[in-house]
Amino acid sequence: MPIPAEFETFARRFSEVVPYSNACEMKITAAGRGHVEMELPYRDEWLGDLERGVIHTGVITSLVDSASGAAVLASFPQYEPVATIDLRMDYLRPALKGYTVICRAECYRLTRSIAFTRATVWQTDPERPVALSQGVFMRSSRTPAART
Amino acid sequence: MSTALLLARQRARNDGEFSALVDCIPYSRYLGVELSLHDGAPLSRLPFRPDLIGNRALPAIHGGVTAAFMENAALLHLLLTGDEERVPRSIDFSIDYLLPGRDTECYARCEVTREGLRVAHCMVRCWQRSPEQPIALARAHFLLSASE
Repeated sequence: MPIPAEFETFARRFSEVVPYSNACEMKITAAGRGHVEMELPYRDEWLGDLERGVIHTGVITSLVDSASGAAVLASFPQYEPVATIDLRMDYLRPALKGYTVICRAECYRLTRSIAFTRATVWQTDPERPVALSQGVFMRSSRTPAART
Repeated sequence: MSTALLLARQRARNDGEFSALVDCIPYSRYLGVELSLHDGAPLSRLPFRPDLIGNRALPAIHGGVTAAFMENAALLHLLLTGDEERVPRSIDFSIDYLLPGRDTECYARCEVTREGLRVAHCMVRCWQRSPEQPIALARAHFLLSASE
């Protein structure tokens, strides 16, 4: 189910063209118009607190920024560059050592200039999110024909 | 209580040797963060490297990296200047992006606006060319370890 044919190239290209996401091995595992699911495989390098075995919240934020940006791109009929204006994170519970981090992000409102996103992050159970997020992105190109 | 953390803080405060403190947080070592004291206040530096790029065309540093670097700068600030016996826990984080992060080093400085018994409120400024031209501003709340 996860990736319809029209989003296959998009999903594959995304981590290839974003060097940081590529270095971290972030992968789009599901996508559709205006939403994506992105996974970050666990590494010991992601830890923020060795003693508690907790993943650094900055790692979660960077995954959310990537996934939210990808959700915005997935809402366009063709590629246009976007830039993050702001991002807000609530860290609901610690992300634990040893488990993949998964983010589902959606672009829920797209105007000619601005895209609004929200995202949920979890590890083993989507009903027990480790973080919630809201973001705002700016469309960098002016496309008069853009849908509002 | 983490002995490694206390020893690292001691070395930073007494000998001006900051790398052990950075190494207490594995992800800050992954990013390649360098900590120092500048005019008596902690200053985080992020040397540029190609795999921190988010947009190859500009090229611009990944927005998620900027966010993670800034949140980490607040953690290092709290660890170095406070009496935390463990890494403080992030409650929330909010970032405003003002300029694209170019392919050069970044700096971040944290100001603890309020430190209560349990929660610290921090403002973080990140810049490249000059502190007067921030590329991003962020605020964050942390739960202090003394409250546990």
